[in-house]
Amino acid sequence: MERVPILKIGSTLFVSIQIDLQDETVIRLQEDLAEELVATHATGVIIDITAVEIVDSFIGRMLTMIGSISRLFDAETVLVGMRPAVAITLTELGLSLRGVRTALNAEKGLALLNGSA
Amino acid sequence: MDVDGSQARMAAFLRDHQDKIVGRWSELVVAAVRGRSSAVEARSELEDIYSLVVGVLSGPGEQARVELRAVLTEFSRSRARGGFTPSETALGLFSLKEAVYEQIADSAELMPEFLAFSRLIDELGLYTFESYAAARERIITDQATSMLELSTPVVRLWDGIIAVPLVGTLDSARTQLVMEKLLETLVATGADHAVLDITGVPTVDTEVAQHLLKTVSAARLLGAECTVSGIRPQVAQTIVALGIEFGDIATKATLADALAHALSRAGLKVGPA
Repeated sequence: MERVPILKIGSTLFVSIQIDLQDETVIRLQEDLAEELVATHATGVIIDITAVEIVDSFIGRMLTMIGSISRLFDAETVLVGMRPAVAITLTELGLSLRGVRTALNAEKGLALLNGSA
Repeated sequence: MDVDGSQARMAAFLRDHQDKIVGRWSELVVAAVRGRSSAVEARSELEDIYSLVVGVLSGPGEQARVELRAVLTEFSRSRARGGFTPSETALGLFSLKEAVYEQIADSAELMPEFLAFSRLIDELGLYTFESYAAARERIITDQATSMLELSTPVVRLWDGIIAVPLVGTLDSARTQLVMEKLLETLVATGADHAVLDITGVPTVDTEVAQHLLKTVSAARLLGAECTVSGIRPQVAQTIVALGIEFGDIATKATLADALAHALSRAGLKVGPA
C-alpha cells in the first residue's frame, strides 16, 4: 500500500498528496498524522491536495476527521490547493468540510497558520 | 396508373400557365406580408418552389421531393429569421392554391386533379410550418446559450478581490456556470475574496438562495471568502419573509460596501489622497 509522506517544517507538518487517494491510504494517513503530531508537538498541519482530482464523500469525511483529530492536539489544519472541480463535487455532495480551514495554495495556508498562531 | 396520369395532366397545366400563376401567387404573398419582402425577391423565391412542385407532380422520383423539402426548409428558416409569423409563412404556400384555382376554374374537367394538387400543397404547407417551428426553436436555444455566456463575467476589483455581477435569473445551469468561472478565476488570480453582486437578480427565492449558498461554500473550500452584495429593499423583505438564512456569509447593500469590507479584511484602507 502506498503511503503519504509527512514532512515537518518548523512547527508545521506538511502533507502533500500526490497519488490517487484510496480509502486505506487516507485511514493510514490519519493514523500516521496522529502519531506524528504527538511526536513532534506540531501546531499546524497543511494538507496539499493540488494533485488530487477525485474526492468522494468518504475521503471528504476523513479530511474533516483529520481536522478534528489535529485540534485535539491543539494543532490547526489547513487544506490547500483544492481544484475547482473537486470543490464543486464536494458542494454537490453537501460536504462543506466544517472545522477544516482552507487556503488557495500552500503559501497562503502557511500565512494563515502563522497569522493565527 | 390513373393517379400518375392525372398528376401528369396537372403538371402540364401548371407548366402551360406558369407565368400567370406565379405572377398572381407572388402578388398574393407580397400582399399577405404587407410589403415586407419585395415583389422581385418573392417572385424569384416562389419560381424556384413552383418549378419544384411541377417536378414532383410530373415524375414519380424521390429526388424532386427531397429537393423541394430542402428548398422549403430554407424558405421557412429565412422567414423565421426575418420575423415573419408562422401563418404568414404557411400562407405563402397556401396562396398558391388560390392562384392556381383562378386559372383552373374555367376548365371543369381538371377539378379532380386540382383536389389532389391541393392535398399536396396542404402537406407542403404543414411541412413549412414544422420547419418554421424547428428554425424558431433553434434561434431560441442559440440565444439562450449566448446570453448565458454574456451574462456571467468575473471581474477583478482589486489585487486579491474579484466580483461576479449576476444579471438575470439564477437557475441551476447558470449557477453551475457561475461557480465554475468563479472558482477558476480564484485559482488563476490567487484572489482570496469574492463578491457576488445580485443587483441584477430580479427575485431571490429559496432556490436562488440555495444556489448562492452553494457557490459560497464551494469558494470557501478553495480558501476564499465570499460577500453577497446588491440586496435591494424588496429583496431583503422577501428573504426575511421566506425565512432564508445566509448563515455566517457577510451581506452588504451595495457593491461599494462589499468592496470596502473586502479591503478592510485584506488590511487595506482607501482614504483621501
